[in-house]
Amino acid sequence: MSQLHTVNKSPLDRNTLESAIKHATKGNSVLMIEDGVYGAMQGTQKSGMVSDAMNDISFYVLGPDLKARGINEGRVIDGVKIVDYSGFVALVAEHDATQSWL
Amino acid sequence: MSETKKFLYVNRKAPYGTIYALESLEVVLIGAAFEQDVALAFLDDGVYQLTKGQTTDEVGMKNFSPTYRALGDYDVNKIYVEQESLDARGLTLDDLQALTYEDEDDDWAEKDSIKVVSAAEMAEIMEQSDVVLSF
Amino acid sequence: MKFSVMISEGPYTHQASDTAYNFTKAALEAGHECFRVFFYHDGVNNGTRLATPPTDDRNVVNRWSELAEAHKLDLVLCVAAAQRRGIADADEAKRNGKDADNIAPGFRISGLGQLIEAGIQSDRLVTFGD
Repeated sequence: MSQLHTVNKSPLDRNTLESAIKHATKGNSVLMIEDGVYGAMQGTQKSGMVSDAMNDISFYVLGPDLKARGINEGRVIDGVKIVDYSGFVALVAEHDATQSWL
Repeated sequence: MSETKKFLYVNRKAPYGTIYALESLEVVLIGAAFEQDVALAFLDDGVYQLTKGQTTDEVGMKNFSPTYRALGDYDVNKIYVEQESLDARGLTLDDLQALTYEDEDDDWAEKDSIKVVSAAEMAEIMEQSDVVLSF
Repeated sequence: MKFSVMISEGPYTHQASDTAYNFTKAALEAGHECFRVFFYHDGVNNGTRLATPPTDDRNVVNRWSELAEAHKLDLVLCVAAAQRRGIADADEAKRNGKDADNIAPGFRISGLGQLIEAGIQSDRLVTFGD
């Protein structure tokens, strides 16, 4: 089984990104949406948490939420793929189940 | 006929400060009638939901913690509690209510519903679930 | 895929209903089938027809009603959560001795069993919350 984990809060606000990464197994994906997209930014105290997990987990971030928050795509951590809503839908379809970390 | 799916109810929030603990329990109880393969996960602050001695008179809210003890009667007996989450909060199994069920395959012997698991084991349980409901 | 959505927060205060709406719309456009949209916790507040938000921004309630009509979506408000928060249809209002109902078009009130059924009958169930 391959799960998709969604995270919707900033890692400096809540522990959901950390918890999602801790509970994702090899081959799973994590999609950052809403305020969770701040977790995709380079140069934060939490950026390493994402980069360090990339060997086992695929990371995605929702583009429309980046734009809403004025985050330039150039500031996204290398290796985090930017998707739009249709990409979000595709991720849900491709994975066996989706778990939302609230 | 519908297949049986593995349902996992994920609880990560403390009780009373928000309604999620109570309303998720309501889903579990209703869901029990659908005869699916049900498990509950308590991790992060969700472990606080299961503590003993909740006394709510002075906050004027209903103490719903006795409801967890009824889960066994509803055939909900796979209750996974994360070790790391307990440790981080200075809690042990002794701080939690004893939740039990009667095993019909073992002469109705009373058994513990709570299984303390590591984060890695919890991850595996999540991975194997067909439907994950988060509250 | 046949998908269902659970929305756990009310309109405006959280982005949950917006993201769920955008997701649902994209999924329908991609040709997927939406089995049910289930509103729980404060999510039931997405179903009041009495909302009058400022006209220079999206109307979250109406948007759901319109999407439901265009695609014959099943929008369900959990009865227990709705009773707690004061969302009622005509039957519920009468049953509970209230002098008014406020449910928006396209929504219906029903039990938690509808959520479980959505989990069983759908290929994917996605939750949008806080």
